[in-house]
Amino acid sequence: MSTYLDHNASTPLDPRVLDVMQPFLSGPYANPSSSHRQGRAARDAVETARTQVAAMVGARPGNLIFTSGGTEANNLAVKGIAARGEGRLLYSAIEHPCVQEPMDALRRVGRKVEQVAVDADGRINLSAFGRQLSGSPVRLVSCMVANNETGVLQDIAGLAAASHKAGAVFHADAVQAAGKIAVDFPASGADAMSLSSHKIYGPKGAGALLVNDDLDFEPLLHGGGQERGHRGGTENVAAIAGFGAAAEFAMEEMEARAAHTRRLRDRLEAALFRQFGLRPFGAAAPRLPNTCQFAIAGVHSATLLGLLDRQGFAVSSGSACASGTDQPSPVLLAMGVPAELAWCAIRVSLGKDNTADQVDCFVAALDDILREIGVRPAAVRSA
Amino acid sequence: MIYLDHAATAPLDERVFEAMLPFLRPGGIHGNPSSDHAAGREAKAAVERARGQVAALIGAEPAEIVFTSGATEADNLAIKGALEFYRDRGRHIITSRVEHKAVLDTCRYLETQGVRVTYLMPNRDGQVTPEQVLAALTPETQLVSLMWVNNETGVINDIERLAPMLRERSILFHVDAVQAVGRMPVDMRATPVDLLALSGHKLYGPKGIGALFVRKKPRARVAPQLHGSGHEQGMRSGTLPTHQIAGMGEAFRLAGVDFAHEPGRLRELRDRLWAGLSQLPDVYLNGEGAPRAPGILNVSFGGVEGESLRASLPELCVSSGSACSSATREPSFVLRSMGRDDRLAGASLRFSLGHKNSVAEIDRAAELVRIQVLRLRALSPLTGNAA
Repeated sequence: MSTYLDHNASTPLDPRVLDVMQPFLSGPYANPSSSHRQGRAARDAVETARTQVAAMVGARPGNLIFTSGGTEANNLAVKGIAARGEGRLLYSAIEHPCVQEPMDALRRVGRKVEQVAVDADGRINLSAFGRQLSGSPVRLVSCMVANNETGVLQDIAGLAAASHKAGAVFHADAVQAAGKIAVDFPASGADAMSLSSHKIYGPKGAGALLVNDDLDFEPLLHGGGQERGHRGGTENVAAIAGFGAAAEFAMEEMEARAAHTRRLRDRLEAALFRQFGLRPFGAAAPRLPNTCQFAIAGVHSATLLGLLDRQGFAVSSGSACASGTDQPSPVLLAMGVPAELAWCAIRVSLGKDNTADQVDCFVAALDDILREIGVRPAAVRSA
Repeated sequence: MIYLDHAATAPLDERVFEAMLPFLRPGGIHGNPSSDHAAGREAKAAVERARGQVAALIGAEPAEIVFTSGATEADNLAIKGALEFYRDRGRHIITSRVEHKAVLDTCRYLETQGVRVTYLMPNRDGQVTPEQVLAALTPETQLVSLMWVNNETGVINDIERLAPMLRERSILFHVDAVQAVGRMPVDMRATPVDLLALSGHKLYGPKGIGALFVRKKPRARVAPQLHGSGHEQGMRSGTLPTHQIAGMGEAFRLAGVDFAHEPGRLRELRDRLWAGLSQLPDVYLNGEGAPRAPGILNVSFGGVEGESLRASLPELCVSSGSACSSATREPSFVLRSMGRDDRLAGASLRFSLGHKNSVAEIDRAAELVRIQVLRLRALSPLTGNAA
C-alpha cells in the first residue's frame, strides 16, 4: 500500500471533479465548436469555471485568463509584462523555475534582472526590499505567495504596496497558496496572480492568470483570439470545467482541509523533533498548513527518497520540477542553508485524504531506514 | 443533428476516453511525471508510451516529439522559437495568406518585432505551389511556414516536393499538419520537414494537447517559449498533463490502425456528398482543381445569402469556415483569396466528415441542403425564378 505525501507536486483528481469533467469528455457535450448548440454548452462551462476560479481568490471573472497551467501563467506574466515597459525586473531568490527561467531569458536579451534576497526564514525583508526598489525604475516585481518547498508565506500586501510606490507592476505566483489558504486578489494589491488546477485536486493542463483591468501585457500564445485576445488556442473545456469545480470545493472546504493538514503536519513535526531532534526549514515564519521540509545531515536526499519510495512513501526533495538535476535546492541555499545540508532536504506535503496513521507510519519508516543505514538520529539537526 | 464539423473539433473517441480514465479515476495514476517516486514514474511511463505512439504515426523518433498545450502553442513555438534561436540569421519568413490564425497572428506579432513576412496568395485552386515559395526566397529568408492541408477547403499543398527544395537551400521548414495527419500519408522519414505541428482534438483525441515534431537529424532548434523546469528537453516547460497525453497517444495509435480504410471511406463519402449537392445548378466546389484531403468539402452556393442558408439548416452541424474565425462572420478570406467574390464566399459551407458519419447521414445532409437552397432561391428577389 503506497502513501502519497507529495501534494505540492501534484494532487489526485477529486472524484467529484471527474464527474464535472466527464460530460465534456464522453457525454453529450463532447463535440463543441463554433456556433452550434454543443458549442454553447462548452462556452457556458468555461464561463462558469471562470466565475468559480475567480471567486476562489475574490476576483472578478472578467479579470481571469485561462492557461495550460501555472508555468504558462507565470511565463505570460513575466514575459508579457516585461515586454510592455522599460525598467528593471525583480524576482525573489526562491521563485519557482518557471519565474526564474523566463527572467533569465530576459536577462540574455539585455534586460536588467535582479534577485531579491530572503532571510534565514525564507522571507523577504521589507526594508531591504524598499532600498532595492529605489534607484533606477523597476518594471516588474514577481514573488510567490507560498514557497513550494518550505511552504513559507510572504507579506504580499506589503511587497505589492512597496512595488507600487516605486512605480512597478507586482506579480504574485499563488500556485501553492490559492485554495489552501485564504488569498484575496484585489486585497493583495497584486496586478497579476498565477493559479494552477492540479495542486488543488483539479486536472493537470489548466491554470489561470488574473490581471488587473488596466494592466498592459503582451500575449504569449498568438492565434485565434480566445480569452479576449490574451491567449490563443482552442479552450481545453474539460480541464477548465474541472478546474472550476476544484476551485469551488477548495473554497468550501478550505478551513477543514487546512485544519486537517495542519494537524497532521504538526503531528509529523512533533515526531521529527522528538525522535530525531529535527526542525523544519522556515519554522519561525508563517507557512502553508500542509508543507514540511527538513533535512537529515549526512543522508543525501536521493538516497533517502529511494529508500522511502521502496517502502511505498512518495515524498520529494523539494520541487518535483527539479528532480534529476544536479543542484541542491536553490530555495534552501537562498535561506543560507549550507549546500551539504541542502543536499539532504526532504519535503513532505500533505493532502486532504492523508491520515494520522499514514504520518505515523512514515515516521516509523524513516526511523527504520535511519537505523538500517546507521545514522544516529540524536545527531541529526536541520535549520 | 448530423455532425459535419470535424475539422473544427472531432468528438473524443470512447476508446480514447477509456485510455485517459486510469489517470483520472480514484486510485489511478495521479503522480507528477517529473516526480522521482513510484507515482511519478508510472505517470512518466504513460507519457513516454504516448510519445512513441504519436511519433509512430508520422514516422518520427519519440525524442522528436515535444508535447504542447495544443497546435496553437506548437505553431507559436515553431515560428517564434526558430526565429529566436537563429537570431543571428536572416529575419524573413515566407508563409501564405490562408494559414491558420495561429500562424498568421504569430507572424503579425513578429512583424512588430522587426521580422519581415511575405504572405503568398494561393492560386485559384487554393494551393500555394513550391515554385511560388522558391520565387519569394531572399538571402534573408530563414523560415517557411505552410499548412499541409487547408482547414477550410481541404486543399493539399505539395509539401513532399517543396521540403527537399528548402532542405537543399538550408531554409527551415515548418508545416502545420493538423488537418493532414491521420487522413493522408505524413512521413517524416520521407519528407524533410524540420518542424511539424500536431493537434490531439482534431484526431478524436482530447483538447488541450498537441505536439511539435522537432527534427533531430539534421537537428532543428527552437528557443523555448514556456520557460521553467526544463521539461521536454528544455523546449517546453510545464507539468505534463498525463491524461491528455495518454489520450493523444491512443488517438494517434487508433488513427494508425484505421489508416488502411478510413481515409478511403471518407473520400467516398465526401464525393457522394458532392454528387448530391452538384445536382443543383450554380454551385461550386472550392479547390476542385487541386488534390484535396478526404473528409473536407467546401461548396459555394450561388443565388443565396450565406447567413440565411446556415440558419435554414439547424439539423446540420457545419461551418462557414474555420471555427476560430466564425465569430467574425466575414466572408471567408481563404475563399476570397481563391478568387470567389464576397457574395459567393459568404454563401459557402464547409462540410468536414468523420468516422461516425454514415452514408445515410451524407445523403440526408445533401437532401436538406438541396431543399433549402432551392427554397431560398425561390424566395430571393435576385434569383426569383432561377430555380
